[in-house]
Amino acid sequence: MQKLVIGIAALATLAACASRPEPTPTPAPTQAPAAQTPSGPVAGSAEDFRVSVGDRVFFGYDRFDLAPEARSVLERQAAWLRQYPMVRVLVAGNCDERGTREYNLALGARRAAAARDYLVSLGVDAGRIETVSYGKERPLDARANEEAWSVNRNAHTQIVSGAVS
Amino acid sequence: MRSIRTIFAAIAVICAFALGTPAQAQIRVDIEEGHLNPMPIAVVDFLGENAAAQQVGRDLAGVIRANLERSALFRPIAPGAFIERINDLNVPPRFPDWRIIDSQALVVGQVTPLPDGRIRIEFRLWDVLSEQSLTGFQYATTPDNWRRIAHRISDQIYEQLTGERGYFDTRIVFVSESGPRTQRVKRLMIMDQDGANPFFLTSPEAMVLTPRFSPSTQMLTYMSFETGSPRVFLYNLETNRREVLGDFPGMTFSPRFNPDGSGVVFTIDLNGNSEIFAMDLRSRQRRRLTNSAAIDTSPSYSPDGAQIAFNSDRGGSPQIYVMNSDGSGQRRISFGSGRYSTPVWSPRGDLIAFTRESGGRFAIGVMRPDGSGERILTESYLDEAPTWSPNGRVIMFFRESRGQGPRLWSVDLTGRNLRPVPTQTDASDPAWSPLLP
Repeated sequence: MQKLVIGIAALATLAACASRPEPTPTPAPTQAPAAQTPSGPVAGSAEDFRVSVGDRVFFGYDRFDLAPEARSVLERQAAWLRQYPMVRVLVAGNCDERGTREYNLALGARRAAAARDYLVSLGVDAGRIETVSYGKERPLDARANEEAWSVNRNAHTQIVSGAVS
Repeated sequence: MRSIRTIFAAIAVICAFALGTPAQAQIRVDIEEGHLNPMPIAVVDFLGENAAAQQVGRDLAGVIRANLERSALFRPIAPGAFIERINDLNVPPRFPDWRIIDSQALVVGQVTPLPDGRIRIEFRLWDVLSEQSLTGFQYATTPDNWRRIAHRISDQIYEQLTGERGYFDTRIVFVSESGPRTQRVKRLMIMDQDGANPFFLTSPEAMVLTPRFSPSTQMLTYMSFETGSPRVFLYNLETNRREVLGDFPGMTFSPRFNPDGSGVVFTIDLNGNSEIFAMDLRSRQRRRLTNSAAIDTSPSYSPDGAQIAFNSDRGGSPQIYVMNSDGSGQRRISFGSGRYSTPVWSPRGDLIAFTRESGGRFAIGVMRPDGSGERILTESYLDEAPTWSPNGRVIMFFRESRGQGPRLWSVDLTGRNLRPVPTQTDASDPAWSPLLP
């Protein structure tokens, strides 16, 4: 029962999280592609990927399955990566601080693998994607509350090379 | 950086003189219940024939008193209460003067400068009630090594009065933390068990986690992000040489030595599936011990090497399992309410320490290897990563308050003797060494 309550709370916060602004502003989907906006990021650049596509997907407490929001972000990532085939990425799995260190390293690896596997299923060459887990060691939000934890449970796709500079 | 061997070459135990052996009447501390009524003990500043020797004598007595007091099994009497002034180690003390201040045991000692620049440190432990000498030792050492001698004398006293091995002449390796939480710098640091003599073993560039001592050699194993991805490393404390455990696909983490230090058990994660492997350090051959789609990690050998406790979520949530060291006979042992992880087998073999997460709080507890007799020793916002004193009587761990950095704490098996362990920086992932050689 306890777990169920926590689970529901986590999902609720996750939903709240998905609707609140990302750390970097994400344009609404209806907007014109960022590359055509004079002030936007250069098409094919790392910033383009981060701002126009979205570089993080989020997970529930002790979960590594992809929620619909996460899938749609990864679908945008896959489309972008297919468009820029020279780009190589590192997918890093991250966890909140409400777990022990080694378990979280393993959980982060599952999250990174879940994101990688979905990108590969969408046609991105597996050879272009490396994965790593940072466990609970690289929180995005330093605060100790549910809002921060829901942000810290993520898979972060970082461009390693091949992007337009 | 000093190596253990060099330090030890400097120590010569000149003699252990056999004194009266009062086997029956001897005062005794009950190690299970002693904290309820700690034994009053008087530790007199060690004598010295000149000012420098007297200073060492005061420092020795201070370290011994602090060690005994931290154990909670002894209550060192404040020196201001002493009646007799000890002037000569070879003259028996006036026992009534020590009984009247309720002292049951008395420690006296002396520091003597030697012609070759070293010092001789001798001590005697008296049973005040039976008026008998219980033990005494002499050590010749370099003056800068006096702390080691203070810890060895503390261990002698502890052993003589409790009947069990001490744990004062030991060190702690841990992760020293600094910087903001989002960009934490984590370095390996080593210090004496009382917090003295801290120094760094690794540089700030590479984040390190989960150091562990070999139970029988001067080796460490730990995890580092040095190469970008989590990798298990070995660190030889005698040569200061470090090396990657092996070239594996995927990440390697959660290492621990086997009891004789000849092998390491650890986790390899490949494509999001973590499994436990054992590796012999000489042949470098590895063997897979688990095979499930679930998380399998945090292995810890029983002291006889026959079994391995580990953490798995194959039943739907993280729980503690035990298997034979060849991987057979895997069975769950934790059935309490909550999520269980970080099993660590006691050096005595009788208990497994763990971290339990329940109701939003983290606790350190112990259970028997069959899962029975679970007891929670301490609980807070975040208590994690237990490590055992080599005699299996004290557990060190790290504690984080909400939004604060971690600090090291120790607790005994009663759960009543909870104390902070002094470190200069934030600190996590402690590992207790075996008794130094």
